[in-house]
Amino acid sequence: MTRVSFKNPLEGIEEKFEMIQILDEDGQIVDEDNVPDLSDDDLVELMRRMVYTRVLDQRSIALNRQGRLGFYAPTAGQEASQLGSHFAMEKEDFLLPAYRDVPQLIFHGLPLYQAFLFSRGHYHGNQMPEDVNAVSPQIIIGAQITQAAGVAYGFKHNGKKNVALTYTGDGGASQGDFYEGVNFAGAYKAPAIFVVQNNQFAISVPVEKQSAAETIAQKAAAAGVPGYLVDGMDVLAVYKVVKEARDRAVNGEGPTLIETMTYRYGPHTMAGDDPTRYRTDDMDDKWEKRDPLVRFRKYLEGKDLWSEEKENEIVETAKEEIKEAIKKADKQDKQKVTDLISIMYDELPQNLEEQMEEYKEKESK
Amino acid sequence: MAQMTMIQAITNALHTELKNDENVLVFGEDVGQNGGVFRATEGLQEEFGEERVFDTPLAESGIIGLAVGMSTQNLRPVPEIQFFGFVYEAMDAVSGQAARMRYRSGGRWHAPMTIRSPFGGGVHTPELHADSLEGLMAQQPGLKVVIPSNPYDAKGLLIQSIRDNDPVIFLEHMKLYRSFREEVPEEEYSIDLGKANVKREGSDITFVAYGAMVHAALKAADELKEEGIEAEVIDLRTVAPVDIDTIIESVEKTNRAVVIQEAQKQAGIAASIVSEIQERAILHLEAPVLRVAAPDTVYPFSEAEEVWLPNHKDIVEKAKQSINF
Repeated sequence: MTRVSFKNPLEGIEEKFEMIQILDEDGQIVDEDNVPDLSDDDLVELMRRMVYTRVLDQRSIALNRQGRLGFYAPTAGQEASQLGSHFAMEKEDFLLPAYRDVPQLIFHGLPLYQAFLFSRGHYHGNQMPEDVNAVSPQIIIGAQITQAAGVAYGFKHNGKKNVALTYTGDGGASQGDFYEGVNFAGAYKAPAIFVVQNNQFAISVPVEKQSAAETIAQKAAAAGVPGYLVDGMDVLAVYKVVKEARDRAVNGEGPTLIETMTYRYGPHTMAGDDPTRYRTDDMDDKWEKRDPLVRFRKYLEGKDLWSEEKENEIVETAKEEIKEAIKKADKQDKQKVTDLISIMYDELPQNLEEQMEEYKEKESK
Repeated sequence: MAQMTMIQAITNALHTELKNDENVLVFGEDVGQNGGVFRATEGLQEEFGEERVFDTPLAESGIIGLAVGMSTQNLRPVPEIQFFGFVYEAMDAVSGQAARMRYRSGGRWHAPMTIRSPFGGGVHTPELHADSLEGLMAQQPGLKVVIPSNPYDAKGLLIQSIRDNDPVIFLEHMKLYRSFREEVPEEEYSIDLGKANVKREGSDITFVAYGAMVHAALKAADELKEEGIEAEVIDLRTVAPVDIDTIIESVEKTNRAVVIQEAQKQAGIAASIVSEIQERAILHLEAPVLRVAAPDTVYPFSEAEEVWLPNHKDIVEKAKQSINF
């Protein structure tokens, strides 16, 4: 009879979830074998998107302070995690973002002025154009995870070679819906990619207080699916891991959970959160040294693909487009109650038919 | 035509829609090979395959979240929640997500799903199986809530629910599953949602009921007839939105009304019907509109169901109170 071993099965687990890094903080390739197959144009486009998004963040914070934007969750620091992962997607793939994941939506096709309308709280901001396969940012942390399993099930059922890509944060990995969604996708071998952007804090609560697990990536084991921990400040590593996950998913090999180790320089949202209450300057400095733009810039400069001139051009274009988008958002018709009633159902039930008449009357005065 | 129980009529409706529309998917805990804990999905997986009728992991939130996601891929999900007491697990997916899908996307997406779920007392189920939670659902904009009381309605309403392009909660009373048989056409037919049915005409008092309480109301009406009181019995069939026109028309004729539900008095939907009647027909009323409902306690331990659940005697008593007001 074999004896049961009481060795702690978690011993040595950290080796299985070692952080994948391709580009170090100095912009040097540290893992030659895993450098993704990206053309020079792709590399430049990735950098353009990251610079654009950094400007968008700075301008969004300013516009929010001026009262010209509403709800806004800062993104600075997470550009590699957000845009590197999205860059691995195809247009027909389906995006289920969380509230901080507006940049991915924009690069998936959501016009910028609509992203601003989302921030302000206007339904038109959520009306994805017909060719944009995405839902608007999810506010209920975890709900997007079970829905992603459903989208992925749909792709598989309909025989489409596409994936559902969804995001949550480190706090979100504590939700029941997080486990359920990953587990369902695993049970159905559905083509879904679950990205957990571990930015170290859920508002003020550090990741150590979310779970005793060493990594979030290892939570994949509970669903029996592959999990990877990636340097979320390294755009090449993020792209590479997500691209591999996409390839496996469309080949019918099921979902993947990916933890990107990243950081948000700003507050949780612009609604009164003060990060100095729970973060130290030292911590901010440490992470800013790992900045995704700095290291990718160095890498591209080393390949003669990037210049200060080019970067300034993108900064100016971004500022100009943001200005235009805000103007366009300003011009959007104000919402009426009758608009809100009309988007509730395909056919209005009796109570809403009555209320529609009531508000039509009010609005005509 | 065939004699069917309500559960057979439900299976027949699911079969009809699986056959009619290849985008209809039926899934939940044990609905596949097992055919459902009440046999509602019996034989369906065998006929339509595991891609169309399938089992899920045991997680209600995951089941409804899955359905919401599927809705974006041109599918028409018909998920089952094994007992409606378990809806708390899925409240966000139902009320926070499915119900809001069309509105939050400005019409870009919608959730054409029908959530089937058994509920209702009188069969000595264990805890949190029989609770009447339709009131929670009826308060959520974006949902429709359907509760059939007989096999004929169950088939027509379920077909219509599945075809509806917005989320429908279809609640099946466990006591009515096999309590009687009725003629149900084999061919397809549908019954409009939001339309009540006058089950019995009367001139002295209006009974508004749904689910198992429809049968209690009819029994009460039989008893009252012997005393010369003619009750009109309305079966709501859809509890959200309520067919208020049919109710008001009846109340304007009888000038008295009792609203009857199995749920606790503080729950269910009776209070909103009373409000509607007083807003629209107060000058026609000879007496206050009364309610028959369960006591405001947690659903009873099974041995206490008989003393707790509302029945036809409670209805007779309230009717007399109204007549003698």
